[in-house]
Amino acid sequence: MDFDPLLLARIQFAFTVTFHIIFPSFTIGLSAYIATLGVLWLRTGQDRFRHVMQFWTKIFAVSFAMGVVSGIVLSYQFGTNWSRFSAATGNIIGPLLGYEVLTAFFLEATFLGVLLFGIKRVPPWLYVMSAGVVAVGTAISAFWILAANSWMHTPAGYEMRNGVAFPLDWLQIVFNPSFPYRFAHMLNAAYLTTGFVVLAVGARYILGGKFVEEGRTMLRMAIGMTAILAPLQLVIGDMHGLNTLKHQPIKVAAMEAHWDGSKPADFHIFAWPDEVEGRNRYALSIPKAASLVLTHRMNGLIQGLDSVPASERPPVKMVFFAFRIMLAIGFFMIASALLGAFLWWRGTLWQNTWYMRVMSQTWWIGFVAVIAGWVVTESGRQPWIVYNVMRTADASSPVLGTTIAGTLALFVIAYGIVFSFGIYYINRLIAVGPGATRHEEDTPTPGRPIAAAHPAGKEAI
Amino acid sequence: MDMEWYLPLIWAGIIGVAVAMYVVMDGFDLGIGILFPTSQSEAERDQMMRSIAPFWDGNETWLVLGGAGLFVAFPLAYAIIMPAFYLPVIVMLLALVFRGVAFEFRIVSDNKPWWNAAFTGGSVVATLCQGLILGGMIQGIHVRDGAYAGGTFDWATPFALLCALSLVAGYALLGATWLTMKTEGSVADRSRAQAKVLLLVVLGFMAAVSLYTPLSQDRIFERWFTLPNFYYLWPIPLVTGLLAFGCWRWLTHGRDAPPFLAAIGLFMLGFGGLVVSNFPYLVPPSLTVWDTAAAPSSQIFMLVGTLVMLPIILAYVVFIYWIFRGKVREGESYH
Ligand code: HDD
Ligand code: HEM
Ligand code: HEM
Repeated sequence: MDFDPLLLARIQFAFTVTFHIIFPSFTIGLSAYIATLGVLWLRTGQDRFRHVMQFWTKIFAVSFAMGVVSGIVLSYQFGTNWSRFSAATGNIIGPLLGYEVLTAFFLEATFLGVLLFGIKRVPPWLYVMSAGVVAVGTAISAFWILAANSWMHTPAGYEMRNGVAFPLDWLQIVFNPSFPYRFAHMLNAAYLTTGFVVLAVGARYILGGKFVEEGRTMLRMAIGMTAILAPLQLVIGDMHGLNTLKHQPIKVAAMEAHWDGSKPADFHIFAWPDEVEGRNRYALSIPKAASLVLTHRMNGLIQGLDSVPASERPPVKMVFFAFRIMLAIGFFMIASALLGAFLWWRGTLWQNTWYMRVMSQTWWIGFVAVIAGWVVTESGRQPWIVYNVMRTADASSPVLGTTIAGTLALFVIAYGIVFSFGIYYINRLIAVGPGATRHEEDTPTPGRPIAAAHPAGKEAI
Repeated sequence: MDMEWYLPLIWAGIIGVAVAMYVVMDGFDLGIGILFPTSQSEAERDQMMRSIAPFWDGNETWLVLGGAGLFVAFPLAYAIIMPAFYLPVIVMLLALVFRGVAFEFRIVSDNKPWWNAAFTGGSVVATLCQGLILGGMIQGIHVRDGAYAGGTFDWATPFALLCALSLVAGYALLGATWLTMKTEGSVADRSRAQAKVLLLVVLGFMAAVSLYTPLSQDRIFERWFTLPNFYYLWPIPLVTGLLAFGCWRWLTHGRDAPPFLAAIGLFMLGFGGLVVSNFPYLVPPSLTVWDTAAAPSSQIFMLVGTLVMLPIILAYVVFIYWIFRGKVREGESYH
């Protein structure tokens, strides 16, 4: 049988990178949350902060391990799957990844050891500081990898010689035109994702009448944070979109399924983009709304998909629908965070079981929005791997399709197993709840947090 | 012009340090995975795992630094070596996935034997793959027009298998001497006995690889057995022998740390031997460090960061080993 190595390499990479991003989206936010709880505990001396902190640290340990191992896979896949890309852009992408390792990965990995195992060996301030250092490390990690990724979207500060990119100005390379927006949007996305997980777990405890005090702490903190960050994400996202319009207009045309550039762009609430006919079916649209958002004028014009041949367009359906999924979740997040804040202000939050019921089911929405956002960004860049510089088709490795298909199958199986167990264990830790740490009141803080959950875990099952 | 000559050399040195750090530090971690099945109870396994739990993530980061360093400084070598060893690299990564999550999953799981098996299997498979890659590198990579031009299974040779088995024995020796140093009670006693056997096995493998390599590769034969090189190089096997003897004595006399240090020394000598055999080739037998080097600007940009960060990183490493100093007692599970 004949396998297309390029397509398989893309599927394999898309699969492994999508798997990976699930964990950073959570660990970036969770480490910051844990550090915040630690500081509150040191400041106020209240035990509930310590209980909540230790509870989330157990879950953090499991998530972080999955994030690390899936990330190591990626750093080698640049070579295994995209060797021609690596050879052509190694001068630029290489140092950015190198800086990530030097400034972030060692920092995270080392202080993680203290955070997970050090409680009995270091003073409380050093323990809490380790949590803070891990949080900063994850953000630094995002900084560098997003610089690399943004450079692939809006390359700057380089010149091409014989098909190889040579750096000219490192400041321009790192702070390339789309980087500030992408970094802000992704970091905020990670905090929001975590915020909604914490909100869901808190709501679950309040509904169940177990760990109510801790649940309230979680809910207050999560609502307070998301009520600010969710609207902020809309603002950053809007600016990000305007920036994209400037640098990758065809991607924006695909996001809006806007074919004919000679007319103002409508915003399609729903449509079925027909890539063969070059038009939308079943469109439900707000006339001229996309033009208004993107150009701030009712009759402003933006480039349409028709302006380039079909071979130069990204996969329209994928980009279009992924963008709508992200927007829908974004607006849902704004609404639910503001509603929560309103109920809290009115003083009826704790009695509102209807709100708790809905929120306890929405722990997953941030992850879906993050993945949808990345599909918009990355699929929207196609057919380029480095925009207007190198095509994805020219980037792959000289490896047989069958080999890639075989390893893809291995990835699917292995990740399937690891992911299922990971989710199962996390769920179980949540079911056990923060109470597990209370049994050990005599030792100020149980060291190996996850181990402490084990006997109690058995009880709960 | 000058800079283009010495920058790649500096980088080859830095990557050499990263690989050496990785081999030693993840070596003893993986070695513990390899020795895991010889333990007698869950309590012993807890004790063994606990001796490395705070360190494993940091140890594995040296692997990322080695890979990223190659990508940074020698992108062309990275773009040739990775496709050439596509299968062993990916299988190694998958093995490390299972081995890595086993640390956390084993503790929360009700079904420990499963994750014990994942830990051992992952460690053994990852080590075998690393050995296969090493063997394949020594034998040379088929390159045409600056790209990999061989097949999927070029690396699969008896010599690569020999290297793979040697590495399993080597990591097991590192693991056993680490346990001798870091644990007490039955685990420490058993690993002391195991270390002695493993020491002999490792010496046997080292001899086999050291003889086979020059005899099968002319360029390596010339490197070692022509004058005046021979005058400078003969101390390497001599020091290896002395160190092995010392390791045996220290094990016999019940010393804690010296056997581990001696095992590290043996690894470093083996590593040094490989460097002597292959330098300046990064993709033997055709491409040197200079042929595959990145743009000088990229190398300098990264070098500045490395010179600032590497001492800081080494300071963290010392810090974490210091925090978790001392022996892990019997029956002591996680802190
Ligand atoms: C927005 C953030 C972000 C993005 C887009 C990526 N990562 Fe990641 N990565 C992290 C944020 C992160 C992190 C937060 O730093 C992680 C996640 C969980 C963790 O353990 O550290 C991590 C872990 C992690 C590790 C293991 C680090 C260690 O040994 O401790 C590697 C090698 C990579 N990543 C590499 C990559 C590559 C090659 C990516 C792109 C294709 C990538 N990551 C996308
Ligand atoms: C972590 C979040 C990310 C996600 C979820 C993601 C998602 C994807 C997806 C879905 C594709 C396939 C697109 C297609 O073929 O239609 C892709 C391609 C790719 N992405 Fe990303 N990406 C992420 C981050 C990154 C980063 C940070 C980099 C580089 C520094 C990167 C580099 C690439 C490369 C090299 C390809 C291959 C070209 C291709 O298949 O189109 N990605 N990514
Ligand atoms: C509510 C309004 C939102 C708007 C207007 C918006 C806008 C955008 C735009 C235009 C892009 C594409 C950038 C490009 O590549 O050109 C994008 C990407 C992305 N979005 Fe959103 N977004 C919103 C909400 C969210 C939410 C709630 C999340 C997650 C919690 C999220 C996560 C992401 C991610 C991870 C990416 C890919 C990385 C990047 O390019 O920044 N977005 N967003």
